[in-house]
Amino acid sequence: MSKDIAISVRGLSKSYTIQHNAAKHTTAAEALLNRLRHPFARSEQETFWALKDVEFDIEQGDVVGVIGRNGAGKSTLLKILSRITEPTTGEIDLYGRVGSLLEVGTGFHSELTGRENIYLNGAILGMSKREIARQFDAIVDFSGVEQFLDTPVKRYSSGMYVRLAFAVAAHLSSEILIVDEVLAVGDAEFQRKCLGKMKDMAGSGRTVLFVSHNMAAVSNLCSSCLVMQRGRVCFAGNVEQGLDYYSASMNASGGTQGPIQQFRPSWAKPYITSLRLLNEEGKEQTHFPLGSDVVVEMEFCSPTFPLRSPVMGVVINHMTNGTVGGVNMRMTGDEIPDGEYAAATIRCLLKELPLLQGQYTMDIWLGDGAGDVDNVSGYLTLHLEETDIYGSGKVPFHHMGVIFFKPEWKLRTEVGGQERKCLVGMK
Amino acid sequence: MCEDFCGVYSCRTDRSAETVESNFMSIPLENRPRPTLSIRPRSGWQAINVMEIWQFRDLLLALAARDVKLRYRQTALGAAWVILQPLMAAGIFSFVFGRVAKLPSDGVPYFLFAYAGLLGWNAFSSTLSKVSGCMVGNSHLVSKVFFPRLVLPLSTVFSTLIDFGVAFAMLAVLMVAHGVLPGVGILLFPVWLLLLLLLALGLGLYSAALTVSYRDVQYILPVFLQFIMYASPIAYAVSAVPEQMQKYYFLNPLSGLMEACRWSLLGRGELHPGYLAYSAVISVGVFVFGAFTFKRMERKFADVV
Repeated sequence: MSKDIAISVRGLSKSYTIQHNAAKHTTAAEALLNRLRHPFARSEQETFWALKDVEFDIEQGDVVGVIGRNGAGKSTLLKILSRITEPTTGEIDLYGRVGSLLEVGTGFHSELTGRENIYLNGAILGMSKREIARQFDAIVDFSGVEQFLDTPVKRYSSGMYVRLAFAVAAHLSSEILIVDEVLAVGDAEFQRKCLGKMKDMAGSGRTVLFVSHNMAAVSNLCSSCLVMQRGRVCFAGNVEQGLDYYSASMNASGGTQGPIQQFRPSWAKPYITSLRLLNEEGKEQTHFPLGSDVVVEMEFCSPTFPLRSPVMGVVINHMTNGTVGGVNMRMTGDEIPDGEYAAATIRCLLKELPLLQGQYTMDIWLGDGAGDVDNVSGYLTLHLEETDIYGSGKVPFHHMGVIFFKPEWKLRTEVGGQERKCLVGMK
Repeated sequence: MCEDFCGVYSCRTDRSAETVESNFMSIPLENRPRPTLSIRPRSGWQAINVMEIWQFRDLLLALAARDVKLRYRQTALGAAWVILQPLMAAGIFSFVFGRVAKLPSDGVPYFLFAYAGLLGWNAFSSTLSKVSGCMVGNSHLVSKVFFPRLVLPLSTVFSTLIDFGVAFAMLAVLMVAHGVLPGVGILLFPVWLLLLLLLALGLGLYSAALTVSYRDVQYILPVFLQFIMYASPIAYAVSAVPEQMQKYYFLNPLSGLMEACRWSLLGRGELHPGYLAYSAVISVGVFVFGAFTFKRMERKFADVV
């Protein structure tokens, strides 16, 4: 059985030119001066292929997850498919109206009211005025901010803001939908709601192309997936096999990460500037033996206004099994004294992490006294390696859930009517 | 890494290899229907797709509405600034040029004379500065959403036109107050206004495209605007320019247009058909050149801005 095609990509490449020896001229004077100094020198240029010979077809109604580490070309692919930037070579045919969500709340203006922003954002996403008017009630309903519809969104909490933004995006009615990591915003409950909405969209016969670092979301939503590596598609097909392929390739080559900026929406005000995993000695490390003490370090800065009482939150996700657990400073009652923090580093020591071997990603949250201000999802990858934690020469089963525990066994039996007890394992 | 798996799953990276057809690859290319949209790399000069801009008219209006709504939010006087700004400028001009320098004003009160000049000038200068800044000012949109890029500069024209409308109504009040009536020439005024806007749009589009790569334009533009304002008959009349200098003076396409504006509004001054024709040709030419340059450079905007 063959369905109709929705997206066909042939020989797609995209190159960027990187200029070396700091010869990046942002003013005409600099460019002119350099030209005068070195009239014949051709500036040293390097061509960087963000995408190289990418080919794939997507059938109508398919929900395709695009996964790959940072800098693999996922975002470039989405930008080309949504016509924000042009390919260097290649052919793309799209069968159906395309809507793309590369960020929630693009074009939201803080001075405008919720109502005005719905119309503006809808228009920016490509909806006609009539379409927005028809969907207006549904959008407001989904966002849950009807009381504040005529309040400028600058007075909204960041949660409300994101909910409203996603609500508009969720009502985009195009046959092909291109989504980039939109779920990485909002609180956990709202993320669940968004996932539900995405699932509805996927179920309604629309073609969805979905980039995410959240493997649980991908395996949950998608029927097939594309795995990208260094600008190429190296796997296309079934989602389970794709995820296996991806984690195998992740394990094979350490965990170096790209810049952190691309993980957060551009309107986030105080933001996380650096994230690292450290061992208890304070050395950077990504691979740990089971049961280790793991330190998560977060640096943040707040250029526009100082943060009053910063709160850090850590959520750990298993590659395929979803969220394992999470903790934040408010929950544990470890509050940072009220003050003005323009930039700071917070370290969180996770003592004897009881997680099984495998690969985990972490979502790190930064909040102030009132709510969440920034979060970085999927940036930190934690590898826990098989360790003989019981000293038995064996390692815990990796397929038995996600945690291990330290048991103490006791034996009780009756021998000849006499009760005998012993602690097992004491040789 | 990739190659290891090529045999197992369908992998299209190695194009010379025999690839296993996965469910993605099941339909031969020639059996496919016509695509809704084809994306191909383009280079060089491009045609301007007017239909596409028309399809995005709702966005154009939404952006225009945003600009209008945001203009005077958080100001105490609000929309009154639309009238106050040209009134204050006209006051300064009539003091400096009328009272102090005692320049002729073709027999109209200097204040009215300067205000009429400023009406056209403001339409020109605000179009030019808004259009030239629109790509950088909306860089978050340019790098995150697709729409015909020309929608952004075109949307700025609306708020300029609204300002113009209000200032024009004020002029009518001033003219009645001073007992000055326009002649039939007023009927030609929309033509001059259109040419002014085309000239401003053309220059604006060219500099908007340039600003994306070189922010210097933002700093040069105000100086250029100030220079061109004094080089055009806005604060003074053409009659104040020495006769033998006039043919150079009218090389500035604005001179002819500004003079024509005042002729239409106040019924004073002279119409120079030759100079006007020259201004019209330049205006249309600059507009076409600006629009095509913008179109040519637009595909780089998202990567550079």
